Amino acid sequence: MLSTAELAAQAGMTVAPCWRRLEKLRKAGVLLGRRVVVDHRALGYAVQVFLRINLDKTAPHAFNEFLAAARAVPEVETIQTLLGRVDIRMDVLARDLAHYQDIYKTKILALPHIADIEALMLVSEVKNTEALPL
Amino acid sequence: MSVELDDTDRAILRLLLADGDMGAAALGAAIGLSQPAAWRRVKRLEQLGVIVGRQLVLNRMKLGYEVVVFLGIKLAAKGRVGLEDFERAVSAIPEVQLVQHVLGVYDYRIKVVARDLSDFERILRRRIMTLPGVGDVESNVLLSEEKSSKPSI
Repeated sequence: MLSTAELAAQAGMTVAPCWRRLEKLRKAGVLLGRRVVVDHRALGYAVQVFLRINLDKTAPHAFNEFLAAARAVPEVETIQTLLGRVDIRMDVLARDLAHYQDIYKTKILALPHIADIEALMLVSEVKNTEALPL
Repeated sequence: MSVELDDTDRAILRLLLADGDMGAAALGAAIGLSQPAAWRRVKRLEQLGVIVGRQLVLNRMKLGYEVVVFLGIKLAAKGRVGLEDFERAVSAIPEVQLVQHVLGVYDYRIKVVARDLSDFERILRRRIMTLPGVGDVESNVLLSEEKSSKPSI
């Protein structure tokens, strides 16, 4: 990520006005801060699986009960609720395929109100940016 | 390939994941290290490839991007169009933030940001459906997202 000095140089301005502009964007709530990107593979978590889950919506409180139970599984890194063919999407991290299978059998399939579940395994990340088409 | 971390490294990573703006002084104060010692720890995590980089967190709503859609894409006529051609073309679309090659019912997972649903429809029709080799496309609109624990840390 660019420092304020590098950013100013690229934008063709001096550091002080550049810093003031960043400060203005922060105050307006446009810039929320910085995020550290961690490589799970370097930490021994080589397998990332995206689960696509449909819930049994005839059960009352299916969403809330499912979400509460899924939050308690440490290997579930991200939980999204969606509008479309899939109700819930979750990112699961595991050390290897055997570890994933164990998580899947003992923790994922134990979650309440699952009607259908599909898995996609990450092969490679081709693009990952927070940039918006401004 | 895998890196051994001690409890102090893990504490630093947890703090940084919660607040990427924390400097060495704040990190040190939080876990009882001097500023130079905390700085050296962070540098080491960067050198080991555990911390890959830092990203700016933008409030997309404030910038007018109200809709996020995840697409599952299946390539048609496999072998006719190289994966590289598809990957290059999809990565060049500015509204596409994430492209992941996956194994399973779809070949690719992509994340699209749009100003609203009609903007998304424009992107889908003009840019996604015209990609080389694109076959079946499934759209799911993001309603909510929560990031929870980091099991590796």
